[in-house]
Amino acid sequence: MAKRCVKVYPLFERFWHWGQVALIMVLLFTGLGLNGVHGLLPFGPAVMLHTVAALVLLGLWIFATFWLFTTGTWRQFIPKIEGMIAVARFYAYGVFKGEEHPYEKIFWRKHNPLQAATYFGLKWFVFPAIWTTGIAYLTYNLWAGSVEAPVTWITVIANLHLLAAYVIAGFVIVHVYLLTVGHGFRSHVAPMITGYDTIDLTPEQEAYLETNEPGRLRPAE
Amino acid sequence: MRPMRLLILGPMLAAVMACAAAAQQGPEIPGSNSTADHTKFEILKQDFKSGPEVTKACISCHTEADDQMMHSIHFNWDFDHPETGQQLGKRNVINAFCGSVAGNEPRCTSCHAGYGWEDMNQPPPQQSTAVDCLVCHDRSGQYTKTATGAGHPPLDPVKPGTKTITGAEAWPVDLAKAAQSVGMPGRDNCGNCHFYGGGGDNVKHGDLSSALYNPSRDVDVHMSADGENFTCSTCHVSDKHQWDGSRYAAHASDDKGTGKPGARRDVSTCQSCHGNEPHEANLKGIKLNDHTDVLACQTCHIPEFARGGVATKTVWDWSTAGRLKDGKPYHEDGFVQSDGKHLHTYLSTKGDFDWGENVTPIYAWFDGQVEYTTGEKTIDPTKVVEVNKVKGDRADGRSRIWPFKRMEGRQAYDKNLLHLVYTHVWGPTTDTAFWTNFDWGKAIEAGMKAAGQNYSGEYDFVDTHMYWPITHMVAPADQALDCESCHATDGRMVGLAGVFMPGTDPNGWVGMLGKLIVLAALAGVALHGMIRLLGGKKGGHHG
Repeated sequence: MAKRCVKVYPLFERFWHWGQVALIMVLLFTGLGLNGVHGLLPFGPAVMLHTVAALVLLGLWIFATFWLFTTGTWRQFIPKIEGMIAVARFYAYGVFKGEEHPYEKIFWRKHNPLQAATYFGLKWFVFPAIWTTGIAYLTYNLWAGSVEAPVTWITVIANLHLLAAYVIAGFVIVHVYLLTVGHGFRSHVAPMITGYDTIDLTPEQEAYLETNEPGRLRPAE
Repeated sequence: MRPMRLLILGPMLAAVMACAAAAQQGPEIPGSNSTADHTKFEILKQDFKSGPEVTKACISCHTEADDQMMHSIHFNWDFDHPETGQQLGKRNVINAFCGSVAGNEPRCTSCHAGYGWEDMNQPPPQQSTAVDCLVCHDRSGQYTKTATGAGHPPLDPVKPGTKTITGAEAWPVDLAKAAQSVGMPGRDNCGNCHFYGGGGDNVKHGDLSSALYNPSRDVDVHMSADGENFTCSTCHVSDKHQWDGSRYAAHASDDKGTGKPGARRDVSTCQSCHGNEPHEANLKGIKLNDHTDVLACQTCHIPEFARGGVATKTVWDWSTAGRLKDGKPYHEDGFVQSDGKHLHTYLSTKGDFDWGENVTPIYAWFDGQVEYTTGEKTIDPTKVVEVNKVKGDRADGRSRIWPFKRMEGRQAYDKNLLHLVYTHVWGPTTDTAFWTNFDWGKAIEAGMKAAGQNYSGEYDFVDTHMYWPITHMVAPADQALDCESCHATDGRMVGLAGVFMPGTDPNGWVGMLGKLIVLAALAGVALHGMIRLLGGKKGGHHG
């Protein structure tokens, strides 16, 4: 095993991530305004911005889903119970003692088990909840005439949309905070900008990359 | 020299006067390029002695006009409501203003489109010459009706003190000049009655005032000379002297839109010109078009009524009428209109008033059908009585949310039979008229008798609301309501049933739960971070 500086986040993944960051921020800000939490933007422009950002994000998600499946990266997001307790214990206890993070990022698995489970929940439940309710919300006039009680329907849909949005806001807070744990904020954010992170490679992985994908390796820092 | 000067001056003067008249009358009226010049008709070159004589001349050519008119609501003041079955029309209803026509003819029938209707117990006079052609078709601008003459015009010699239907000092009408001027109705023809309903300028409707004779674009984008320069009948299309545009059975929605090209439109709805997707097909326009399933166009496009500097009466409390000072009626002028004019806020004859300019409407679901608390209906005096109930429900598929003027009244009712009462207020020569003798007991008894209703002999006063759909004074598009006029916690439609409105309820239980989630996340990371800081450990480093 050797520590090497390897490109773990290809360009598309980084673009996807930061695009998502920007769009989710816009959506949270405009969405909270539309919900009446703040009045920093006029309602009309806020609706249009929210709609456009949502459609762009949906487009991005379609591309990302395609990319995940064609590249096999989807496997990264399959949660595993193994090691999860250790990570949970670390965040709840060990971190205060100055213990080391129990998870070692490895080449084919860049998320720790708790992280993977969280992303799995986001991708399979929270994000689908927000975009299905969002599309239903947006297309209200197309279906309102064919349901019995459109006001009840839209009330339920809008509230589910709102709830999902608040869950995402909660995720963003914890997600950003956890960047400060361990190596620190900068070293956690840097890989998502440059694409490179220092991880353990097996001799086989090292040999493979040196032979076939030398561009993914950088001299160690 | 002198004849020469006259020769020059004469045409100049005429030209100046013509210009002045044109400016006053505003828009070009459809039909002004008519193939008939009525100044050339021999039959109109008469020394007419009365209105009916003119009508006789008119119908010698326009042979069906009198019959058509006599089947119109303008003449009969009678309306059989097709849905509620109620018999409405001015002849029958009680309102929150002067009360009722019954008992107060010929004051009220001064605005009748006919001559000589002096008893509401009888239908209007049935001879063909009882139709008043000139009130709608005079284009000389000098035809009018006396305020108390059962529809007749003031003629030479005019009794001093006589007023016209608009409240102006009366002048002798030149009937021949009027007869030779006829054309399609201008705004003044309609407005001289409709702008002055309820006894004064804009008293009644709120969206129909003298401001519409020549409005700025801000006040009415359709009627302004800087806008579309419409007359009333540009929208209020007619067929055989029957107009569209009813307050009893209105078109609250119109899913037919513009119809096929060239199709004749028989309605005065916004949609009949603007279609059902009136906003541009862009991101904003699509969203606005999405609102047309619940909103009337008027709701956003008439942000306020009583615009253009003429106030409307908003409160009328009859119960305080009759106070005298030193045995004489008096008045107070507590409201100052934006043009500086003082308006009555108390009159011994009418009680207390309040007025409003640029008034925010109230909003309600409206299917176009209005049910009146007619004289036979039993009321509950412990509650506010709705003089006219606006019907509508989201679920019926044809209702839209409409803007309304809500008139707040306090008016007399029969204490034992629990009916609103008809009141005899006008009658300079009777000893029962309220405005002459200030005795409610007598005035109500006489009013009930005139209307042919039972009266127990005891009265009291009850609070009333009366609703007036707002549909005129459409503002230019850029002055339509902003989204947040309604999409806000203190929005205009707060409390309106059958509406889900984003932006009005950020603190519902889901909103509170959401905020709790965010707070819990913040508190969790704050606590976590604090313990880490206190422990002096940044967190586990990998070796």
